[in-house]
Amino acid sequence: MNDIIAKNTGRWILDRPNSYIGRSVPRPNAPRLAEGKGTFVDDIELKRMVHAAFVRSPYAHAKINGIDTTAAKAMPGVVAVVTPQEMAEICTPWVGVLTHLEGLKSAPQYPLPLDAARWQGEAIVAVVANSRAEAEDAAALVEIDWEVLPVAVDAEKALDADTPVIHESLGDNLAWRRNADFGDVDAAYADADHIIEDTFIFGRHTGVCLETRGLVADYESSEDQLTVWHNNQCPHMIQNILATHFGLEEHRVRVITRDVGGSFGIKVHTFPDEVTAVGLSIMLKRPVKYIADRLESFTSDIHARDHRVKGKIAIKADGTITAFEIDDLTGVGPYSMYPRTSAIEANQVVNMIGGPYLFENYRAEANVVYQNKAMMCQYRAVGHPIKCAVTEGLVDQAARKVGMDPVAFRQKNFHADDSYPKKSAQGMPFENLSHEECMTKMLAAMDYEALKADRAAKRDQGIYRGIGFASFIEVTNPSAMFYGVGGARISAQDGATLRLDAKGNVFVSTGATEQGQGMEAVISQVAATAVGVKPERLKIITGDTEHTPYGGGTWGSRAAGIGGEAVAQAGRQLRIQILAAAAAMLQEDADTLDIREGVVVDDDTGNERIGLDEIGRICYYRPDTLPDGFQAELVATKHYVPRKFPFAFTNGAQASYLEVDTDTGFIKLLNHWCVEDCGTVINPLLVDEQIRGGVVQGLGGALWEECLYDDQGQMLNANMADYLVPMAAELPDIVCGHATSPTSDSDLGAKGAGEAGTCGAPAAVMNALNDALSPFDAKLTGMPFTPKKVLTALGRI
Amino acid sequence: MDKNVDISLTVNGEKITKRVEARTNLVDFLRYEIGLTGSHVGCEHGVCGACTIRVDGRIVRGCLMAAAQADGADVWTIEGVTETGEIRALQDAFVERNALQCGFCTPGMLLTIAELMERKPDASRDEIREYISGNYCRCTGYQAIVDAVEMTRGTMGKMGASAGRKGASA
Repeated sequence: MNDIIAKNTGRWILDRPNSYIGRSVPRPNAPRLAEGKGTFVDDIELKRMVHAAFVRSPYAHAKINGIDTTAAKAMPGVVAVVTPQEMAEICTPWVGVLTHLEGLKSAPQYPLPLDAARWQGEAIVAVVANSRAEAEDAAALVEIDWEVLPVAVDAEKALDADTPVIHESLGDNLAWRRNADFGDVDAAYADADHIIEDTFIFGRHTGVCLETRGLVADYESSEDQLTVWHNNQCPHMIQNILATHFGLEEHRVRVITRDVGGSFGIKVHTFPDEVTAVGLSIMLKRPVKYIADRLESFTSDIHARDHRVKGKIAIKADGTITAFEIDDLTGVGPYSMYPRTSAIEANQVVNMIGGPYLFENYRAEANVVYQNKAMMCQYRAVGHPIKCAVTEGLVDQAARKVGMDPVAFRQKNFHADDSYPKKSAQGMPFENLSHEECMTKMLAAMDYEALKADRAAKRDQGIYRGIGFASFIEVTNPSAMFYGVGGARISAQDGATLRLDAKGNVFVSTGATEQGQGMEAVISQVAATAVGVKPERLKIITGDTEHTPYGGGTWGSRAAGIGGEAVAQAGRQLRIQILAAAAAMLQEDADTLDIREGVVVDDDTGNERIGLDEIGRICYYRPDTLPDGFQAELVATKHYVPRKFPFAFTNGAQASYLEVDTDTGFIKLLNHWCVEDCGTVINPLLVDEQIRGGVVQGLGGALWEECLYDDQGQMLNANMADYLVPMAAELPDIVCGHATSPTSDSDLGAKGAGEAGTCGAPAAVMNALNDALSPFDAKLTGMPFTPKKVLTALGRI
Repeated sequence: MDKNVDISLTVNGEKITKRVEARTNLVDFLRYEIGLTGSHVGCEHGVCGACTIRVDGRIVRGCLMAAAQADGADVWTIEGVTETGEIRALQDAFVERNALQCGFCTPGMLLTIAELMERKPDASRDEIREYISGNYCRCTGYQAIVDAVEMTRGTMGKMGASAGRKGASA
C-alpha cells in the first residue's frame, strides 16, 4: 500500500518531522482480533448473570387484550417474566422527533408496547432465566390474548382514507412532509429542450452486522450504579438516554463499548428491547445479558432505504442541466426512531439531489409515512445511495437523450474544481470539491477507451457488457447542525485527553469509538505525530464514559475528522507542556526545543537533549529538583467541533463494469473503481478498505439485499440464507484512488471516508446494467436488480 | 428421560470431560462451558461461517453440530491454532493487509482458509473467493482477505498491487 505523505502544507500537524500521517501503519488492536481474543459483548460473563429473551409479536398489527405469564413463570430456571405495564413503571417512554425537522410527529414509544404491537417482531414480554435456552423455553409459554388489527403496509397507500391509522393520537400516518423550492423550476421546464422523468425504487434492506445487537447490564443498588457493556457506537449518547428514561443521574450510568462486531449505523439507535434488558437489571438488581438472535436481528434491527423517488431533470440541447425535481416517498415503520428520527434519510435525499452539478432550479417533496413494518432509520450512507442513483440515473438518461458520452455529459455539468467555495442549488455549502480531478483519475485507472472497445467487441459476440458511472457528494464531519440544533443530546464535539506516564509513554483517551474501521490506528497516528513519539509508545482508550472525554462516538463519517482533530490539538498541547518541563530542566527556551520519536531535541539541529522517560521520572519522582515555582503539567485535554462549515462535504466518482446474461438475468460484476476525496488521508490502507467495504455494501443493496414483506406485514426472508448479503465469489476486485482537498475547518484537514463506497456503488451498477441492456428496449430502475427483474425488463418472462 | 449427556473430547490438545445438555450445540459448549470465546455465533443456522471450527481435521459449523456429537472428537478452535503457531503467517498477513475490520468473522475465516491452503495451496483468486463464500464478512468486501492469502504463500508482489491487475476483460 502506497503512503500518501503531504509535504510543506503549512499545516503544522502534516509538516511535523517524523509524521505518521499518510502512512499505512497496521492497527494496534488487529492482532488481538486475528487471534480470536477480542471481547465482544457476548463474551462477557458476570457473577449471578441471568439471560433475557423476548416474546415478540407474530402480527404486524394487533391489540393486546391480555397477557398470562403463569405457565412461563413456573418453568425451570425462570427468574422473572415482565409485562409492558411492569416495565413502564420504571422507564418513561420516548418520542423520536427533532425540532429542526419542522412538523415531524411520532407517538410515545415504550420499551414494551402497552396497548398494541405495531410490527411483526416487536418485543412484547421479557423473560429472564438462568440461561438463554431456559428463557426461550419459558417465552414460548407466555399467553397473549391478541386481537388482530388491519395493517398499513404499503407506503403508497399509507395516507389513503381507508388505510388504518397506526397511532390514533397522530390523526394520520404522515410522519413528516418536506417541501423545497429553489430557483424557478417551472421557468426552467418552459425553457428546456428536454425534460426526462423516471421512477426509482430502492428496496428495504438492513445492516446485518455479523455480531447482533446486545448488552450486559449490571445495576448495583447499593451505589445506585448502572454499568452497561453495550455494542453501541455512541456510549455517551446511550448514557444520557438510559439516565433520562430510568431517572438516574448521568454519573451513575457507565456505558462501556469493547469490541463491536460491525455496526454500519445499526448500533447507533435506541432499541426498545435493549432498553428493556437494562430495565430488567434495575428491577432484578443483578446482571442481565441480552443478545439478539439472527431472527430478532432481522425483524427488530433498523431497516433502511425503502424509497420510491419520482425524479425529473431538465436539460438544454447542448447537454446543460437546468433543473432537478423529485417526489420522494418512504415508509419508516410504526414509530420514528429515537433520538435521531426516521426522517433524516428523506431529508438527506432532498438536500443532496444533483450534488455534483451546477444548476439553480430545484423542487422537491418528500413524504415520510408510518406503516406496520420494522422501524427504519439511519444506516451507512444515509440517503446517499438514493440521491446518487436518482441523480446519476437521470443524468445518464439525459446524456443518452442528447447523444453525449455519459462522462462528457458529467464533465460539462460538474461544479468546476476551481469554483469553490460555493453553495449547491439547495444552499448546501461546499468548501472544496474535486469532481473533475476524481473523474480524470478514475478514467485513467479504468482505461475507459479500452473498456469501450471491449464492450463493443463482446457485443458483436452476443455478450452484453456495460459501463456505468456515478459521481457523488457525501456529508461528513457533521456539526451540531445535524442533530444538536433539533434537541437531540448527541455530542457534535469530541474530546481527547493525553497523559504522559513516568516512563515516557502516552495514554490517549478519545470520545471516538471503534467498530472495526481502524479508529485506534488513526488516533495513534495523529497522537504520535502531534506529541512526537512512536505509536508503540501509546495506549489508546476508547468506549468508556468513565474514562474518555465527552464525545459523539463514531457515526456520520466523523471519527477521524472530528475525533482525530481533538487528538491533534490535545497532542500539541501536551507537547507544549512537556517542552515547558524540559526547558525548566535544561535551562533553555522552550521555543528552541521539539520532541521527536520520544526524545526532546534542539529544534534546529535535531541534537538529542533528554528523553521523555527521564522527563517523566523527574516530574513525577523528583519534582524537588525543578526550579522554584515550576509545576509540570503532563496531562492535556482539548475538544473540537467544526465551526466554519456545518458539514465537510466530500466527493468522488465510481464506475462499474459488468456483464448481463440475457438468458438467465444474472449479472456478473467484472470490475469496480472508486476515486474519492476525503481530504487529508491519515492511513491510506484503512481508507481504501473503508471504501472497498462500503462499495460492497452498496453492491448488496443494488443486486441482492432486500427485506421482503407480504401484504400482512410478515417479513418473509428473516434469515441469512434467504436474505442475500454479498459473498466473496460474486464480487470483483475494487480499484481505489484518491484526490485530497483538506478542509480548512481543522488543522488535520481530514474529512470522512466511511460512506463514500456505499453512496455511489448502486448508481454505478444501475447505469452499467442499463448500458449493457441498451441494445434492447430494456431499462431497470428498481433495486435490487434480481435476475427476475432483468428477465422481466427484457420481456423474457 | 435424561436431558444431559456425558462427553469426553479433546479441545486444542486438552482432554475434557463434561456433562452437557443434549440440545447444546458445539459452539455454545466451547464458548460458555469451556470459555473459548474466539469462535463466534453469527446466524445460528449454518450460513454465516463465524462459528467455523475444526473437528477431526475438517472444518464444521459449530452451530450445526451438537456438543454430544463431539464425544471422542479432536476439536481445534482459533485459540488452539494460534497457540501452536500453525496459522501465524496467515494471521500476520491479515493484520498487515487489514484483512479484518471488526474481527467477528475472522476466526472462522482463518480456519476455512487454513483448510484451503492445506488442500489447494495454489488456489487462484477465484478459487479462494469460492472457498470462503461460506464465510460472510460484512466489513471488508473480501478483497483484502484474498490478498492476505496470496501474501501468506508469497504469490503476491507488493501489497495492494492486485488492485486493478485483473484486466477489464477478466
